[in-house]
Amino acid sequence: MSDVILEMRNITKTFPGVKALDNVSFAVKEGEIHALVGENGAGKSTLMKVLSGVYPYGSYSGDIYFLGKECRFHNINQSEEVGLVIIHQELALIPYLSIAENLFLGNERSSYGVIDWNESISKTKELLDRVGLHESPNTLITNMGVGKQQLVEIAKALAKKVKLLILDEPTASLNETDSEKLLQLLLQFKAHGIASILISHKLSEVSKVADSITILRDGATIETLDCHKDKITEDRIIRGMVGRDLTHRFPPRDSNIGETIFEVRDWNVYHPLHEDRKVSNNINISVRKGEVVGIAGLMGSGRTELAMSIFGRAYGARISGTAYKHGKEVDISTIEKAISNGIAYATEDRKAYGLILIQEIKNNITLANLEAISDGGLVNEPKELTVTREYRDKLNIKCSSILQKAVNLSGGNQQKVVLSKWLFANPEILILDEPTRGIDVGAKYEIYTIVNQLASEGKGIILISSELPELLGVCDRIYVMREGKIVGEVPASEASQEVIMKYIMTQQEVEVMEQ
Amino acid sequence: MKTLSTLFKDNIREYGMLIALITIMVFFQVRTEGILMKPVNITNLVLQNSYIIIMALGMLLIIVSGWIDLSVGSVAAFVGAIAGVLIVKNDVNYGVAIVICLVIGGLIGAWHGYWVAYVKIPAFIVTLAGMLIFRGLTLVLVRGESIGPFPPEFQKLSSGFIPDFFKYEGFHITTMLIGVLVSVLLIILDIRTRRNQQKYGFEVTPTYVFVIKNIAITAAVMGFCYLMASYKGIPNVLVILFPFVTIYAFITNQTVIGRRIFAMGGNEKAARLSGVNTPRLLFYTFVNMGVLAALAGMIVAARLNSATPNAGEGFELDVIAACFIGGASASGGIGTIIGAVIGAFFIGVMNNGMSILGVGIDWQQAIKGFVLLLAVFFDVYNKNKNA
Repeated sequence: MSDVILEMRNITKTFPGVKALDNVSFAVKEGEIHALVGENGAGKSTLMKVLSGVYPYGSYSGDIYFLGKECRFHNINQSEEVGLVIIHQELALIPYLSIAENLFLGNERSSYGVIDWNESISKTKELLDRVGLHESPNTLITNMGVGKQQLVEIAKALAKKVKLLILDEPTASLNETDSEKLLQLLLQFKAHGIASILISHKLSEVSKVADSITILRDGATIETLDCHKDKITEDRIIRGMVGRDLTHRFPPRDSNIGETIFEVRDWNVYHPLHEDRKVSNNINISVRKGEVVGIAGLMGSGRTELAMSIFGRAYGARISGTAYKHGKEVDISTIEKAISNGIAYATEDRKAYGLILIQEIKNNITLANLEAISDGGLVNEPKELTVTREYRDKLNIKCSSILQKAVNLSGGNQQKVVLSKWLFANPEILILDEPTRGIDVGAKYEIYTIVNQLASEGKGIILISSELPELLGVCDRIYVMREGKIVGEVPASEASQEVIMKYIMTQQEVEVMEQ
Repeated sequence: MKTLSTLFKDNIREYGMLIALITIMVFFQVRTEGILMKPVNITNLVLQNSYIIIMALGMLLIIVSGWIDLSVGSVAAFVGAIAGVLIVKNDVNYGVAIVICLVIGGLIGAWHGYWVAYVKIPAFIVTLAGMLIFRGLTLVLVRGESIGPFPPEFQKLSSGFIPDFFKYEGFHITTMLIGVLVSVLLIILDIRTRRNQQKYGFEVTPTYVFVIKNIAITAAVMGFCYLMASYKGIPNVLVILFPFVTIYAFITNQTVIGRRIFAMGGNEKAARLSGVNTPRLLFYTFVNMGVLAALAGMIVAARLNSATPNAGEGFELDVIAACFIGGASASGGIGTIIGAVIGAFFIGVMNNGMSILGVGIDWQQAIKGFVLLLAVFFDVYNKNKNA
């Protein structure tokens, strides 16, 4: 086994009261892409934090060998020095600095503290070429999309002479095209001898690019699969992750669809800063009683902007158009009016827009409908406790108590708190924006079950998602958006990934693909 | 049942503040050879700090919302000057004048609130401007002089004491009776809360801790009343102060408005998307601050018996420091009324104790600065340790 570059042996890490990692061993071979998968809370991030020195030597037990030498990192700088670079899920770029400034931040090309701009710029160009990003080194990060920012992060890693690249959920916020690009890049690095560890919930990607897959469950290594020896299917990986066969990724449902309950017509929205940019262009959509309607589209196609503009004009300027509920025009010009008219919007970014992280689960659940648990402006705490406990049990929120702070919950449970909040507001129309982003397979299944349950209760649901299998598995009807327009409407019976992708991509892109 | 150590750990913020307050009180009591706790000095302490506490109530809500108000000292001075012009120079009835002053305070708060909440200019800048504007306008109003004296009825706002219904030489019996009343009320409330918690299956403190806690609170209340009674009884200011503190504590803990303010400070965007009208809420938080600053301004004027151009200078710093010492978070969403009140007393005891010891104003400032930093460091340190 001379070709093993990284070996972690018998790593055990305990937090007060919890054993996060229990005797985990993990090895990466030279020039391979090694995927690390497992449900949320399985210990993937903890393992990587041990590896990169975020948890310093001494705070865990076990040994780490990198390139044959034992490593005892006390901080991130030490691990980066030997060529271990980790790229976190939340990008660590400074928005109002340029690409070049970001690339060499903390690692400036300088002599005696004076920056050598010529060298910085030329080096930046070289690195950007390597990651296939065609941008001027002087472009500000804030003016770039998430996909490009991700590439800058990778270029930054290259600047540090990376030997082993660790990517934590790199494609979580990327659309399919950008994800594909990123994966291609990893394959390219592999050809140049740079190994990577890929942490991902998207199993389709994992099975596409990984050479080996290590599965963690409950802080222990379950198995390492060699993708070249055996044929690895997604179901095979899921079985390892959840410890059982998940026969269906989507719960079965019987649609019982009634009359139209909500409709927007001739909906136009302009960008709040760029006054002449239309982000929603003549949109007509409707949802019927008991129906789950999907909205597909790339990131930036205007899905979230449309949803938020409908939800009490929470986004956009110069909004025009009319909304109808049960055939009658309704006023949804403010968030308060939208909520009181039975519309709810569960955001795609639960940490920034969905939750008061520093507050208790209880307070988060009741926030949108405090009237229901108060008498004359006074909060009726016993009543609040009773209802929030009901939601905890109904949605199976795993927590030590409803007085636990939302920040300490896992992604899936946080999402359930957001859903509870909107269920408690008792809406008729529920807009769910990427409800399963960044949460594990088991929790996803639970969320789908809740969606089905709501539909069977006669609510109308609009589901925005970037994952096509999810839309196909859950929706009755799917709208496709591109550049602020609805470009297609497909009933579930006729929908397939190919059909939707064809709508998503513009004619030009299709031509490029065909070439 | 919670054990004593976990109880302490869970509430280290609240207990820490109280212990710190008691510690410096003991320290100054020893160093001043008993002057600190003399009835006349304790009464003075209350009189001197009443306006800081009143403004700290409003400031806490603003800090919890995630902002700050630097203008309160100037606003207090400006409203004091208006009171002087109305009552002393124009013979306006003092009752009418008080109402006018409170309305003006509210309008000033609305002015700040408008720029912060609707135009979205950071409160630091808006209230820094307000600090200059209203200090300048104060000088314009009083033309660099002091306006006074105020009629005796107005002076009573800060220097009067409640009447005694029992004539007993040298001891204020009504004060003691009020002390007993308050103690009994506090115990009843505490028992009710505990019963409620048990009813809903929450962990409660062990009975002996509960009993000791209540004995300690009763002892503190009665001890305080005894000191007051040995001098001239409860000052009028305390009659204003006590209900205010109670009402604001109640608002923050038990009402929908309070919930929304904390939600707004915890995550403004999430609160907005949950249907909280955050701009309007923030606007009214500033209006509230303006009214309280006006009330404080009148108390200051009544205490000095004149409206002076430099009244209230540096108050904003004491008020803000009181909130932070009391455990409020500079990033918003965290803080308690009781904490702010303890923080205000903490500052008050330091000011008072150091003055008795003859520490110069120069060193007082420096020492207060260090203490503020230390208090916040303690907070941050605890937070990191628990994370």
